[in-house]
Amino acid sequence: MLSFTVRSFFQKLVTLFFISIISFLVVYLAPGKPSQIDPLNPKFTPEDLVRYRKEFNLDKPLYVQYYLYYRNLFSGQLKSWKDNQPVMDKIKERVMNSLWLFLVGTLITWSLSFPVGISAALRRGSFFDRFSTFIAYVLISIPGFFFAYILIELVVRAFNVPVIGMYTFGMAKADFIYRVMDRIWHMVLPSILMALGGIALLSRYVRAQMLEIIHQDYIRTAMAKGLSADVVYYKHGLRNALLPFVTMFGLILPGLIGGSVIIESIFAWPGIGRMAFEAILARDYPVILTINFISAVLVLAGTFISDLLYMVVDPRIRL
Amino acid sequence: MEPILKINNLKVCFDTDGGLAKAVDGIDLEITKGATLGLVGESGCGKSVTCLSILRLIPSPPGRITGGEILYRGMNLLALPDRDMQRIRGNDIGMIFQEPMTSLNPVFTIGDQIKEVIMLHQQKTSSEAEELTIRILDKVGIPSPEVRIRAYPHQMSGGMKQRVMIAMALSCNPEILIADEPTTALDVTIQAQILELMQSLQDESGMSILLVTHDLGVVAGMASHVAIMYASRIVESGSVGDIFSNPRHPYTLGLFSSIPVTGKRGGDLYVIPGSVPDPLSFPEGCKFRPRCLFAAEQCTAEEPPLREIEEGHKAACHFSKTIDKYVWKEKTKTASFLISDEQHG
Amino acid sequence: MQNTRNTEELAHGLAEEVPRLTEAWRIFRKNTLAVWGLVIFIAFFIVAVSGLLLTTGENPVLDPAKVRLSEKLLRPLTPVNTEMVKPGDRPVFGIYLLGTDDLGRDVFARMMQGAWVSLTVGFVAVGISVIIGIILGGIAGYYGRLRIKFMHVLCLIAFFVSMILLASGQRGPALDSLAVTLLLSAFSAVYHYLAAKGGTGPKILDFLFFDTFSVDTLIMRFVDIMLCFPSFFLILTIVALLPASIYNIMIVIGLTSWMGTTRFVRAEFLSLREQDFVSAAKAMGLSDISIIFRHMMPNAIAPVLVSATIGVAMAILTEAGLSFLGFGVPPPHATWGNILAGGESFIFDAPWLMYIPGLSILTVVLSFNLFGEGLRDALNPKLRKR
Repeated sequence: MLSFTVRSFFQKLVTLFFISIISFLVVYLAPGKPSQIDPLNPKFTPEDLVRYRKEFNLDKPLYVQYYLYYRNLFSGQLKSWKDNQPVMDKIKERVMNSLWLFLVGTLITWSLSFPVGISAALRRGSFFDRFSTFIAYVLISIPGFFFAYILIELVVRAFNVPVIGMYTFGMAKADFIYRVMDRIWHMVLPSILMALGGIALLSRYVRAQMLEIIHQDYIRTAMAKGLSADVVYYKHGLRNALLPFVTMFGLILPGLIGGSVIIESIFAWPGIGRMAFEAILARDYPVILTINFISAVLVLAGTFISDLLYMVVDPRIRL
Repeated sequence: MEPILKINNLKVCFDTDGGLAKAVDGIDLEITKGATLGLVGESGCGKSVTCLSILRLIPSPPGRITGGEILYRGMNLLALPDRDMQRIRGNDIGMIFQEPMTSLNPVFTIGDQIKEVIMLHQQKTSSEAEELTIRILDKVGIPSPEVRIRAYPHQMSGGMKQRVMIAMALSCNPEILIADEPTTALDVTIQAQILELMQSLQDESGMSILLVTHDLGVVAGMASHVAIMYASRIVESGSVGDIFSNPRHPYTLGLFSSIPVTGKRGGDLYVIPGSVPDPLSFPEGCKFRPRCLFAAEQCTAEEPPLREIEEGHKAACHFSKTIDKYVWKEKTKTASFLISDEQHG
Repeated sequence: MQNTRNTEELAHGLAEEVPRLTEAWRIFRKNTLAVWGLVIFIAFFIVAVSGLLLTTGENPVLDPAKVRLSEKLLRPLTPVNTEMVKPGDRPVFGIYLLGTDDLGRDVFARMMQGAWVSLTVGFVAVGISVIIGIILGGIAGYYGRLRIKFMHVLCLIAFFVSMILLASGQRGPALDSLAVTLLLSAFSAVYHYLAAKGGTGPKILDFLFFDTFSVDTLIMRFVDIMLCFPSFFLILTIVALLPASIYNIMIVIGLTSWMGTTRFVRAEFLSLREQDFVSAAKAMGLSDISIIFRHMMPNAIAPVLVSATIGVAMAILTEAGLSFLGFGVPPPHATWGNILAGGESFIFDAPWLMYIPGLSILTVVLSFNLFGEGLRDALNPKLRKR
């Protein structure tokens, strides 16, 4: 077990190293330049350009830039090219904003997917099964921002509440309870939207998994023992069907950054996804690379955690 | 003697992509108290479906029991409410399956899985049930059972798992044990041990066994009565003596002639021509007709019913009055479906 | 042979040999949703092709680019205003079937053109990802156990360094590095030639040709690395940094979505390689190429097809998402994605500008998904038993 952990850890480190190289190359080798060093930019004199090039280390060979970038990242000295703020501080603030959406969205996803998926599997071919299947496909197939606009229109018309942004401007002095309600109203739509796609995918997966399990021999054995259908499905079946999902707890981590660009843009939510988008627009290489690096770290940490969890929950796996 | 389990005209169908498949097509069986009935047939002939029907474990959909009755102590199991059926499963009728490897739940310890049945059917506390579990594991020959109850299935060998399955099926002292090919997935040496174990447990408790197998040797050693199944029907049934020394159905005769006999060299082995028909398109009339050496006009016209030819010995063939092993020998002398030694070498 | 009489009869009653595709079609037909998916799938094709024919050429029947500022934001089915619009600028039948947009362009014509462009984006992107996936997955599955020699690793590194230098515009060092690559390759070629001849000469060089990691490790670690990038973010980054062009979008979507295909082609090949018919083909002396393409590929293609169908749907959605963020297919090409994104600002004034492309995308993507899933069920023998 320990040797597996250590080996897996080092494997992830090596992977991370290659990721750092590839993402660095992708960003630095792409045609076009940040506006500060673009010779066509009328705002800056040629002297400014030289100064910026020097400041951003762009005058040095590629491998030196790579080294300097990651040195600064790990020593916390990395600064945004756009506003010269420390990158990590900016990211921290934005991640906290995204975290709320992410937590609520994930909670909705996980608490709805399982009942839906399980009942669809147990009543295979029933109206509920076919209906939920169809809805799941619709949710997977609809362009996210189109759906968001439909919902915004509906909610704004029906309840006449503001939904864009994180809170209503000028509410800072209102009563506590109003402020809370305001926050909740602002969070409902984006978190539901973040959850819906997840529910569609996860409930399909739960259904498939459950269908697989209820055809296993040990389910028949449990039936032959005289257990009631509920005990058979929810004790003997679910326990097995849940195994792969325990590991998925690890895999939802990267969703914190990857899955929110469009939704945060629609709702003007000052989160990490929108920050990434803004950084791309401004060609703020340090911010782009750092977000990319962090999300890769999250993916790797997620798979690492899920490997460990699997060993804990599945008695068959002992390494 | 009054039979403890009686199956009358049982019919089971499966809805498949290709249409309705008659997996069991009107069979009758009787199991006497304390006796062992061997149910023999090729794979796909409906043996397992028959077993599962007794406990109403046919996966539905696609399967469903379309007719007949299964009488256990005079009660029709097919008409019982679910709640009562659950009380019979595991308590009055225990069952063990062909695949011990996959028939135990991988995420629970074997102790938990056996305790579960005991606590379900007998009003026992957890510690009493555990004690019982240890005792029954000991009885089925699991070494150091007080340690093994904490083991997970994957930590045991196939033979051990089948012993655990037997322990689980017998933990409530059922009247009937249904054993669906209990040794097929096991090594030959382990097979003998398991059969021996079943035999000794039967002697001890006086339970009845329905033993499903495709191995005639196993039946000869274990059963007192035999039913031969072919294409969803019983084609011949009787006591072991009747079937083994005086088979009267061409299929049974074919089965026996296809078994090599130890110590006998140079003889020809018979091969039943063709293969098992598809349940979606059974031939009309007698289902064995296309493969039968004695097929005649009558066989196409009419499916022969299972008729008594001697006391307690039934066969489903229009000519079973005239066919026996001597007639068979004459007939196969001239047949070409033989594997002779030259072809072997 | 007196018993030949009933051989014919013997055949009766046996399970009929049904061709695989007939069998698959029979299962597929039972899945109502999937059949609808297929119908819409075909209808979409027809629309896309006729869209291509009707909107291109010198004087297209439907002109998606014609700007009529007097006819802005008209509702669907509005007849053209004959006083303001010159006869040559009028839409067919004198009616705006699906209304007009903020520049007075005919939405119907734009949708027809967009159908073809969206379809192309989807198919080219998936085509790229499937080709990469099959090649890498096939190599990993078939040749995975081969180990790469140290010298070959050096060749690869030198080659990549030269490519990177070339991309960063440093011609001189790039050529140097390329020369090193060629030198190393030539060197190993000579070594292998001599070693094959059985001479004792190259023995002393063996230390340069020790085995390192396997081909499989190389490819699958690369897959792992690619999977660590958040895909939409990666696509967005590259598309945003590259000059706006429809080709870049197709290529980038393709280059970032091949990992799934690689994985299951590899898995399929790994299991096929162990099967008897492949051993038999090898025993008969067939070349690797014909084993792979004649014997293994037909068996591995089913899951690829399914994921390609679903991949087209995903690519159309991705393009729509990019359009929304302003990085979709640039004008003059209309795609359903950029029509939808353009309609966003008029959600209250001209809702049809959003609903028409939005619902169209939903319908088509849904049909691709349903068709793909139906195909998966029909082609997967494991699910068939249930």
